[in-house]
Amino acid sequence: MADLPGYRRPAPGTQPPHLHPPYVSSVKRAPSQPLIHLPHTLSEVTGPVFDASVVDVKACDLTRQHSGEPLGERIVVSGRVLDEDGRPVPHTLVEVWQANAAGRYRHKADQHDAPLDPNFTGCGHTLSDAAGHYRFVTIRPGAYPWKNHYNAWRPAHIHVSVFGPAFATRLVTQMYFPGDPLLPLDPIFNCTADEQARNRLISLFDLATTVPEQALGYRFDIILSGRLATPWEK
Amino acid sequence: MGHNMSWQASTSQTVGPFFHLGLAWLFVDDLAGPEVSGQRVEIAGKLLDADGVGVPDGLLEIWQANSHGKYAHPEDAQDKSTEPSFRGYGRVATAEDGAFRFKTVKPGRVPGPDGKLQAAHIVVSVFARGLLRRLVTRIYFPDDPANAEDYALGLVDSARRHTLIAQKSAERASLLEWSIRLQGANETVFFDIGV
Repeated sequence: MADLPGYRRPAPGTQPPHLHPPYVSSVKRAPSQPLIHLPHTLSEVTGPVFDASVVDVKACDLTRQHSGEPLGERIVVSGRVLDEDGRPVPHTLVEVWQANAAGRYRHKADQHDAPLDPNFTGCGHTLSDAAGHYRFVTIRPGAYPWKNHYNAWRPAHIHVSVFGPAFATRLVTQMYFPGDPLLPLDPIFNCTADEQARNRLISLFDLATTVPEQALGYRFDIILSGRLATPWEK
Repeated sequence: MGHNMSWQASTSQTVGPFFHLGLAWLFVDDLAGPEVSGQRVEIAGKLLDADGVGVPDGLLEIWQANSHGKYAHPEDAQDKSTEPSFRGYGRVATAEDGAFRFKTVKPGRVPGPDGKLQAAHIVVSVFARGLLRRLVTRIYFPDDPANAEDYALGLVDSARRHTLIAQKSAERASLLEWSIRLQGANETVFFDIGV
């Protein structure tokens, strides 16, 4: 069988290092040995495929999972899943999870003294459409304290997980909100050296996807590694 | 055609400690139902930090071929059969002590870039609080003569290869033990495959 082209490697500085001491949890969990460069084989250019049979169509609306409406500011988060050539990544699974409006996760490990919302779980999933579009309705998550350092607060964020077409394109990231004063202080957001790469994790307020009388729109495009032109990696 | 620099792959961020909330709906710890062909194996181990302490908030994702050596993916053009009920995907979280386990079938061999077959292996992504990017590693099988000629194992210093090879358990023949040491003595080999 002919070799298949692999996927591109990230440009320097555009991905976080494994060890980033300001993020204290990385200190005892980051590998100390250099990673072994592995040219992509069939095992890396393939990856799990999920179709509509896996997906709950209602899971893209996080405000409709309970009998009542969740508290907080209703928002629409939408965008496209694209590759590095700007091509849509169709029919790929996008998963999200987040804190509620008060900054509390519905998770046993979250002991922040803020109320849970009986009408908000804070998780969802969807498939991108044929043009790579995805769309969630949710509420804007609150900021919350964490114990990384004295008076540490995470900026408001939504966790985003995307598979893409291959094991090599798997991405888990976080989406932030424009103008958040906590962003310059956050060791997780700031772990990536390249400022432009960092800032692409900040969603854009978007009047075009704002629903009148209903919900503010935020746009967040998710870019996955692009395909090499030939099987022979540079 | 010019490369638009705004279309660099998005920056990875940690899954954090609360990923169960969003990812548990797709946990799969038994990859192969009774109708799936192949040798049954169960793989169990611990995800350990630099101090050898179990990581209680870790997540493993598994990707593998079926027992014929065929991936359930449109780009696997090999003339081998897929099995409708075998996706080849698993996702398991670690317990309080860092322990994880999953059941599957031993994958068949798939082609490598050098034209030879790779030894049977499972690819694994490791996510956890503290990991700003996922870590990628592989599980190989004990007493497999093909390991000696495997492409990816061949890239690894021979003194570290053992970290990629599961061990037989004294408990029972179908159980294999394989742990992940994130840092320090016997640190697991991780591969750089990109993002």
